[in-house]
Amino acid sequence: MAELCDLLAEAMGHSLPVGKVVLIGDCVETSGAFVLHLLLKRCLSLDSSFVVFVALSHPFSHYDRILRKMGCNLSAQKKNGNLHFLELLDFSARSKENSVDDGFCKLYNEIRKSVEAARSKDTKASCVYIMIDDISLLEIAADGSENDVLNFLHYCSTLTSETDCSLIILNHEDVYSSEDAPRLLAHLQHLSDIEIRAAPLNTGLAADVHGQLTVINKGLLNDDRRSGRRIWNFQFKVKENSVEFFYPGSQH
Amino acid sequence: MAEGLIVRSLRDGSLPGEHAPALCLEDSLPSPLASHSHAVFRHLLASLLSTGTGTAVVLVAFHRSPSFYLSLLSPTFHNSIRLLDCYSDPLAWKSNHHPPPPSHSPQNITLLTNLNHLPHFLSSILHLAKDLGAQGHDRVTVAIDSVTHMLRHAPLPSVLQLLTNLRCHEKISSLFWLIHTDLHEPKVISSFEYISTMIASLQPIVQLPDYANANISASITSLEENYSKAKFNVRLKRRNGRVKLLCEELLIEQGSVKFSSVPSVSSVVAQNLIPKVQFNIQLSDKERMDRANVVLPFEHQGNGQNIEIYDGRRSLSESQKDPSSTKIGGLSEQKRSNNNKSEKGEIHYIRDSDDEQPDSDEDPDDDLDI
Repeated sequence: MAELCDLLAEAMGHSLPVGKVVLIGDCVETSGAFVLHLLLKRCLSLDSSFVVFVALSHPFSHYDRILRKMGCNLSAQKKNGNLHFLELLDFSARSKENSVDDGFCKLYNEIRKSVEAARSKDTKASCVYIMIDDISLLEIAADGSENDVLNFLHYCSTLTSETDCSLIILNHEDVYSSEDAPRLLAHLQHLSDIEIRAAPLNTGLAADVHGQLTVINKGLLNDDRRSGRRIWNFQFKVKENSVEFFYPGSQH
Repeated sequence: MAEGLIVRSLRDGSLPGEHAPALCLEDSLPSPLASHSHAVFRHLLASLLSTGTGTAVVLVAFHRSPSFYLSLLSPTFHNSIRLLDCYSDPLAWKSNHHPPPPSHSPQNITLLTNLNHLPHFLSSILHLAKDLGAQGHDRVTVAIDSVTHMLRHAPLPSVLQLLTNLRCHEKISSLFWLIHTDLHEPKVISSFEYISTMIASLQPIVQLPDYANANISASITSLEENYSKAKFNVRLKRRNGRVKLLCEELLIEQGSVKFSSVPSVSSVVAQNLIPKVQFNIQLSDKERMDRANVVLPFEHQGNGQNIEIYDGRRSLSESQKDPSSTKIGGLSEQKRSNNNKSEKGEIHYIRDSDDEQPDSDEDPDDDLDI
């Protein structure tokens, strides 16, 4: 696959992660949503893959429109059973009958059922991905209860070891910039195996370069890796139907 | 050396009537970015199990699945370890909705589903420890990965009390836990340090100003170095109250953790403080001896010998050998004599202290109130 030869793919190990937790961080100046869209397209491009997309930020039509320009038909994928889209724009974990804890428990179990069904004998998906857009809205849904959000993410991360699926979450890091101790952000960084950070250029705005991407691939002790390199930093340009990654000064 | 001391202390346990030794293993995101603290945690586990002294381990797994820890340990150690699974379903979210099928998990893994109830948590650990003791293991170490997860489900006093109860229990010979310092307030970290007998912290080799907001593009090399190396600072509390500090370097090489000693901080600092100039500003040993033999003006010898004027051209020892040397009045001894026989002026030189070095930097005018 030619698409998996770019710098982002190289930083992630030349293949989509298996059994890992991927944290995408961005800020107001530079949105990291394009990374989520790109990974969604690449996940669905694999043979017999399955994606559970937890959408708290935008409706299905938003992602469908973006992915269609990138050459991926989300409606068809959903129809074929490769995509389980959970549209939770007005999701609130607390309700009259449930506490926040119960609300997240139900959401987790819905995700778990979906993943286990994908791994069942009839439709055995080789690669399963759980995507969440985004964590800051989960915190709102939890009435600001950071602990409940972390419990939910912990349970989602247990699926990565039990079912070899990967968890990809988007988080707006500057939401916590005014806090003295951004603990939720630090918890997420401790939890993640791969961090992808979108940030503006150090030199400010530019017409041809939209920002810089930093990928930290932590790996594990038993990770067989040819290269010891763990950190990549490169620039990107978001085009109409693709994204271009390049090192500074090497853009064609 | 530090690692050996830690393992020996955990392995030996405590003397009768004392609390079990406890190791607090600390890390934070900048030090380093990879999960090296968990690597050290697993390294300690393997070291304890491999000592061949009958040490067994009860591992409380929060951060990774129990099967992950078992996969990293040799199968020969599996009989010496019991795992309390606080990772898979700590709040019973799975078991309440879908009763679990008949367990196919290994016999040495016990699932805990009510982490919010600490007394049950404690009794589960002690049950596993007794189980190991019944199998002939004299020493049982409890390892917790990590207390950061515990603190999300229980208040600090309850967690501290649980750890103290473990240290007091007769079945527990030692205890160690991991904590992420950047996820707690300093007072929380201090609380855990107070109840521990050993504190081992991982520090980055290269200090960066702010990990979260760092200009990563400018510090990639430093970040990469922090991935492969870390400082391993250990603080050991002795029974007599003395504290021993050790600083080593930790390396991650091909999946294994290695420790190496580093040059002492004082010698490194001293080398760095000496300015690099083109002339020699240090003294050799011979030069130090010669300086010590120099007789300063107006100094008496205190040995009852005749006072001799030091004219600056030769040392006292040479002048003593010279038969032509004469006694010249004019310089009096330090003894305050009321001898008024001398008709010439006297100079009384009194040192501030007998310990004052000839080239003391002390300014004699410091006491003037100008």
